[in-house]
Parts: sequence; C-alpha cells; structure tokens
Amino acid sequence: MTLVLQRKTVARSNQRTQKTLSGRQRFRRDRFLLLIGLPGILLLVLFHYVPLLGNVIAFKDYAPYLGITEAPWAGLDNFRVIVDGDPDFVNALVNTLVISFVQLVLVFPVPIALALLLNSLLSERLKRVAQSILYLPHFMSWVIVVAIFQHMLGNAGLYNTWARAHDLPLLTIIGNPDLFIPLITSQVIWKDAGWSTIIFLAAMSRVDTQLYESVAVDGGGRWRQLWHVTLPAIRPVIVLLLILRLGDVLSVGFEQIFLQQGPVGLDASEVLDTYVYNRGIVGGNWGVAAAVGLVKGLIGTILVLGANKVAHLFGERGVYSKW
Amino acid sequence: MVNLISGTAPPSTPVRGLKGVVLIVACALVLVPFLAVLSTSLADQQQITSSGGYVLFPHDPSFAAYEAIFRGGVVTRATIVSVLLTVVGSGLSIVVVVSIAYSLSRPGTWGQRPLLFIVLFTLLFSAGIIPNYLLIKELGLIDSYWALILPGLTSAFQIIIVRAFFLDVPAEIIDAARIDGANELQILTRVMLPLSKAVVAVVGLFSAVGYWNAYFNAILYINSPEKWPLQLVLRTYVVDNTQVGGDLPGEVMPPQQSLQMAILVVSLVPICLVYPFLQKHFAKGVVLGAVKG
Repeated sequence: MTLVLQRKTVARSNQRTQKTLSGRQRFRRDRFLLLIGLPGILLLVLFHYVPLLGNVIAFKDYAPYLGITEAPWAGLDNFRVIVDGDPDFVNALVNTLVISFVQLVLVFPVPIALALLLNSLLSERLKRVAQSILYLPHFMSWVIVVAIFQHMLGNAGLYNTWARAHDLPLLTIIGNPDLFIPLITSQVIWKDAGWSTIIFLAAMSRVDTQLYESVAVDGGGRWRQLWHVTLPAIRPVIVLLLILRLGDVLSVGFEQIFLQQGPVGLDASEVLDTYVYNRGIVGGNWGVAAAVGLVKGLIGTILVLGANKVAHLFGERGVYSKW
Repeated sequence: MVNLISGTAPPSTPVRGLKGVVLIVACALVLVPFLAVLSTSLADQQQITSSGGYVLFPHDPSFAAYEAIFRGGVVTRATIVSVLLTVVGSGLSIVVVVSIAYSLSRPGTWGQRPLLFIVLFTLLFSAGIIPNYLLIKELGLIDSYWALILPGLTSAFQIIIVRAFFLDVPAEIIDAARIDGANELQILTRVMLPLSKAVVAVVGLFSAVGYWNAYFNAILYINSPEKWPLQLVLRTYVVDNTQVGGDLPGEVMPPQQSLQMAILVVSLVPICLVYPFLQKHFAKGVVLGAVKG
C-alpha cells in the first residue's frame, strides 16, 4: 500500500525542532528514547541490510564447506547464465514475464469491477456481508489455497467426481502444464480480488455526493454517474497501482508457484525466484543463483524507483515522497 | 422510490438481477470450497464412499478425523509448534515494532531522519533467498525456531502505521506525563500504549497471521521434520497427498479425505477466529496507510 511519510508530520517536526540545542545536547536529551528503539533498529539492520553482504558470493565460487570468506573469487563467471542466455534461465525469465503480463491483464481489472459492483449496492448491509465473505481468502496461506484448489478441481476432486457421476465434461486443470498459467491466475483472483477492492472502495467513498446529484440534475443516469464521477475519482488509485505493479514485474507469486511445481514440471512453472531456489539451494550452484538473484533484485529496485518517478510525473504521490 | 444519495431512480430490474447473480456467484465461489472442506472433515467412511470423495452436507457429523489427528502424532506436534511460533513471534514483534515506532515518533529528536530512512528504505528492496539463507547459516540458526521468528520481527509497514498513531497523540499529554516525573519507558507503557491499544492489537494480529501462514521459511531453514510447523504438514499431506498414516500399527483410521480436510480445517480455524477483528480494523489501516498525508 502507499506508504507516505506524512508531510504534515515532517512539517510539525521541523517546527518543533529546538534550534537552540546543539546536536550533542539533543543527543543527551534524547538518549533514553533512542535506547528504546536501538535493539529493534539493530534487528532491522541485521535482517534487512546485513544479508546484502551475502551477495558477494555472486562473484565467488561458493561452496558451503568453504564458507563465504574462503571461497575463491570467480569474477563475473556466475553471470554467464544471464549474458549467454542459459536455456533454463531464459525459460524462467520468459515464464516470469508471461505470467506477469497475463496477471496484469486478467487479475488487475477484477477488483476494480468488483469494487464498482459493491459500491453500487444500495443496501449497506448486503454490501458488508458480501465484503466479509470476499475478503476472507486473503488471510489464508498459499498452502491452504493450493490445497483447496486441488481438492475442488483436481482429478479426484469435488467437481470432477460430481461431473463423472453426471456425465459432464471433466476439468483437467490441476497438474496440467498447458493450463498452469490459467490455474495460478485464477488462484490469485480467488485469494486477493476481494481484498484488493478495499483501496478502490476507499477512493469511491470519498467522492462528493453532490457530483452524483449534479449528473442526475443534468439528466444523466447511473451509467453516466459511473463514467463521469466514479471512474475519474478512482483513476489516480488505478494509475498508481498499475505503475507499482509494473515495477514488480519480475516477481510473481513465489510461494504459490513453488507449491505446485512438482506435478506440472519446471518447463511450465519455473520462474526467476524458483530458479534461484532450485539452482542454488537445491542444485548447489550457489554463485550462479546468487548472481541471478542479485540482478533480479537490482532490476526490481530500479523498476520500483522508476515506477515511483513515473507516478510522480503523473501527478500522483507514489510510494514515498520527497521529505 | 428515489435513491436519496444519488438522486436517480434505482437501477432497472435486469441490471439489479445481473448484479445479484454476479454477487451470489462470487460469494459462492468463496464459500462452497470452505463448506466442502468442513463437511468432508466431518463425514464418515460410508458417506464419503457413496459421494465419491467429498461431501457438502454431512449426514451424521463425526469428529473421528479430529480425534485421530489430535491423538498425539505429527499433526498434533505441528499444531503446537505453529501455535508457539505464532504467539512468541507476534508477541516479540509487537515489542519490537512499538519500541522502534515510539523512538521515532517524537518530533525533532536526534538522528530521527536518518533512522527513519533506514526503516523506510527496506520497503524498496529485499536481499533475496540466497543471501538470507547465508545470513541464517552464518548466525548458526539453521534448524532453529529462531530462524523462523527473528527475520519477521521488523516490518517497516507496521512501524509506519504504529508511528502514525503515536504522532497523533497530543504533545501536551506527553509533556504532562513528563512533568509528573515519568521517564520515556513509562510514557510509552502508561500513556502511549493505552491510547493506541487498537492499532497495536491489529499490528500484532497481522504479524500473527503472517507467522501462522508462513511455510517457505521452514522449508529453507528447518531440516528436522519433527520441527515442522502446521503449514508444512498441510503441504505434505494435503497438497502432495502423502498418505496420512496411523501412528499406531493396526489402528483403524477415518477416511483419508476426512483426515486431510480435518488438517486443513485446523490450519484455517485460527484465521477465521481472528478474522472479524482483522476485517473491522485493517480495512481502516489500509486506508490510513494510503490516504493519510
């Protein structure tokens, strides 16, 4: 979600800064406060920043028995898979981009449509009941979601046993490499489409109702209200989320895909994150996996920063603002 | 009847009918699987055989499957592990998040901007699987429960939400407490926390859901199957369809489907219990994170 360091706050802190105190005096004054936060900050640095040092093995010939410091340097050898286009790597990259694109097209609009539907309900109670039901899957782990899909749609699952008894067409979506992308896409929709409506509903709830009235006064019906008031009101949110999604294009549901790789095979299901895991931790090619992970992480960060810049250009606030 | 809010007539009957159908289908797609899971976990062998595997309404509910999985085998142990991980993890997480948020919530304190930057910057990148694994290995935490607890304690998102609440506490209240002789820790525990109980509870519940639902960190860091959390057991028995065997030889077990679905129910019941609270408060949290500013 958008995490804006609040301008209001910053303004307040500037105004309250006591200019009469030197840095050392302020440090003396605030030392107990800082001490309270210190252990947490150290934990944060240890688990978010210190691991970055581990990327050094991308340039080494690492093996667990050697350890990070003892492992010999390998220059840029580990990056050869990327530069030379190792088939497994290319397969993972292509799968990642295809899945990202399909999900952008198919998953992204669903919560918008659902939010418009919920927003148009006249009964507040009905709306609340529907929201309660539709938000629920968001809180289920991927293991639960995948388990439910397998037992509902699998070969021996609920639908297929019922269809067999009634001579209806069977579903062969589980464990079928050709339908892997539709499967994971529908899982994403099932799990998160409801929850993702929240941000759109919030934007819709802030629309000035006078705007709807003026459309009505001008003789416009509900479609005109939708087109001229509701959609323009949520456009900033749509643009922002779309740009953020583009910035995240190299990451597709790792936990979700990892669970389902067995039956469908790696050709259909390998994505960059699973490639790093399978190649490095399972396959023992630590250096190569770290190299791919490092490049992916760098490009990902650049894309997020770039997406944020683009959001600013569109006049949106972005994930963070200058402060 | 005229709709007072928008001033236009309510939608025509076909439109309303279509909306109703879409809404009912969407809700059914969510509810029917849960119903089938719950019902199958309660069904007996006879009904499962006659229905071909799954049931939507058990004739004669039996808790045999639950008795079997809680007789002290793998599932029992994994449930205890998951409960402990969740309780310890979210408890510590509250302490860490609140203390960081508090120390960064007083305007004009020394070093606040760089510290805040350190926290916020973590939102923009993640080190990746291999470097994280190497860190846990170097720390000697492989196969330790701490490998599952410590990395998740500090979430920048949660710190920002709690800090936003602390910032809204009027400075006069804090000044008053200080004049009464309270030190920083006392201000935090006696003044700030009571004022922000709801947000602290929500942050705690969210990290609890995170700890309960995590499985991949256990795949990475935990080697001994007896230390597995429930999600991994669920994966083995329900996703990968490994036979749920009796721990005692010659024991008559309830049907496989019931056992599998019972494990699934055990893994989702805690979420359902806290769900009403999460839904009520977190919708606000998301909007707060997004809108405030």
